[in-house]
Amino acid sequence: MSAHSTDHAAQPAILAEVNPAIIPRAVLVEQNRDFHWITEKVCGIVEGTTPTWWWWCFGLAAVIASFTVSGLVYLVSTGVGVWGHANPVNWAWDIVNFVFWIGIGHAGTLISAILCLLRQKWRTSINRAAEAMTIFAVVCAAIFPVFHVGRIWFAVMPGWLFPFPNSNGIWQNFRSPLEWDVFAVSTYGTVSVLFWYVGLIPDLGTMRDRFTATGNMLKARIYGFFAMGWRGSNRHWSNYEMAYLVLAGIATPLVLSVHTIVSFDFAVSLIPGWHTTIFPPYFVAGAIFSGFGMVMTLMLPLRAVYRLEDLITQYHIDCMCKITLATGTMVGYAYSMEFFIAWYGSNPYEGFAFINRAFGHYAWAYWIMIGCNVITPQFFWFKSVRENTTLVWILSIFVNVGMWFERFVIIVTSLARDFLPSSWGYYSPSIVEIFTFFGTFGVFSFLFLLFIRFVPIMPMSEVKAVIPAADPHAGHHH
Amino acid sequence: MKKNYGIVAAFDTTPALYQACMQVRDAGYTQWDSLTPFPVHGLDAAMGMRRSRVPRFSLTGGLIGFCTGMSFIWWANAYEYRLIVGGKPYFSPMFAFPVSYELTILFTAFATIAGMFLLNRLPMHYHPVLKAPQFVRASDDRFYIVIEASDPKFNPAQTRALLEQAGGKDIAEIEE
Repeated sequence: MSAHSTDHAAQPAILAEVNPAIIPRAVLVEQNRDFHWITEKVCGIVEGTTPTWWWWCFGLAAVIASFTVSGLVYLVSTGVGVWGHANPVNWAWDIVNFVFWIGIGHAGTLISAILCLLRQKWRTSINRAAEAMTIFAVVCAAIFPVFHVGRIWFAVMPGWLFPFPNSNGIWQNFRSPLEWDVFAVSTYGTVSVLFWYVGLIPDLGTMRDRFTATGNMLKARIYGFFAMGWRGSNRHWSNYEMAYLVLAGIATPLVLSVHTIVSFDFAVSLIPGWHTTIFPPYFVAGAIFSGFGMVMTLMLPLRAVYRLEDLITQYHIDCMCKITLATGTMVGYAYSMEFFIAWYGSNPYEGFAFINRAFGHYAWAYWIMIGCNVITPQFFWFKSVRENTTLVWILSIFVNVGMWFERFVIIVTSLARDFLPSSWGYYSPSIVEIFTFFGTFGVFSFLFLLFIRFVPIMPMSEVKAVIPAADPHAGHHH
Repeated sequence: MKKNYGIVAAFDTTPALYQACMQVRDAGYTQWDSLTPFPVHGLDAAMGMRRSRVPRFSLTGGLIGFCTGMSFIWWANAYEYRLIVGGKPYFSPMFAFPVSYELTILFTAFATIAGMFLLNRLPMHYHPVLKAPQFVRASDDRFYIVIEASDPKFNPAQTRALLEQAGGKDIAEIEE
């Protein structure tokens, strides 16, 4: 044994002690802000007077939202023919818009659930707003499948969507992905609202206590009603944290399943360009990509207007840009893999569908999609780009546009050139469709503006828990 | 004079609260609590609390949800109104799976939240600590320990001494 060690003594010595460089963890709240500063900052947004810009934006959002309302009233009173759908493109902007909005919602759940399970502490300052975005995006998404049935009262009547038998006693077809979608989207909407509300309870308690202290009893009662009598007891926190963890644990498979089932709407059919097994992962990656685009579109102006730079730091922006880059690259990979399989699979219909996408009548849409979804995120490789907030915001708009075009390309190009050349056509949206879709941005902004005015936009209790002062061991890790 | 609910002590930092909780736990108190503006890491152990029982509710909810989905689809399509669609069997767990999966998640979410509220005895809009004005800071930046008068070991003088010795500030009695 000793001879063995002498042999090694002649060789280059291994360091007696390894001193790895200590890379400090990124600070999540800058300038060493304390608990009270966080409370004042976040509550101050709700408690302060309504800013003038808020009223302007709110008015504008209401006007834009009225386009959706008028479009839908016109559709219901006239018939679904007011939209530009025609054989063979029976699904067009309605389903494009549905998939677009539901996809945007997915980043909110990714931030609140998946990043919670992965212990990514940077999620805390953006998760409340991102979850609100999810709920409002699901609201916008739900408009389209409900209204594209035309006579919307049938959507809730027995025999159509929800499981009640129709007048002949026949039940829904549970073999259909469209029926799965009803369950997936309604579960997603419900669980997102519940998850958001559970996260809000401690902060509503803070709002209640502050309004009680300042003597504003009406607001104290309203916030107090929703705070459920939360008093910050550690015996409550224990159950609360466990419930939050379980909700994160189930919201993770939920968000993956929702866009998987949305992709089944296409993948389970036989249409060339739709009938592919890559759809579920490709749709999920695309959903997260578009959602992060929307999170940045919303959070960057909010950060600038409310001076939230200490809470949404450059580190947060870096993280969001990198996730956008990663998911955007996955989407790019999926585009090329679809082409490869179309060639490798030797199915002439599949091959035609893809050549037609890139070089047919809708080539303009295809190349907008490639430009926005594959090229745009590549700029996020560069630190100088990520540090230029204005540029990041502009790029995030491109991501939103690109992901809308992705759904347009998938749905419209495949349907416009199906198996029968005699039924080929070119789809153009009607003005009603265009205005109805445009209006949903107003609906979304309307709801989001109400959110930032009346609800603490950041989970104060979670942000406080990630600053150094929250550590009961004062930095001595065990 | 109303009945005394208990004695409260304030702490300014989490390490101070953490140490004090361990002392109260070791002194053998059972009817006491700490109030914090955010969940303090490791405080459950310092207070000698058991692991939360919320997951039992979650599991029950999830199992009920899955069974509801499977049995309902079987009942509707293979029993109540049998209808051949696309030459497929009346029932197969394969096509019933997506809906059952979503219902598993939906029922788990409801059961988890219901379990959390039930175990926490919430909503409870009237509670002695919510009436005491100093607690506005319990949801802001200060930490409190409340030892209830109903605790078998409670003794106004000794309990106060324990909290003082543990570093508590602004020690006060609160009314029922």
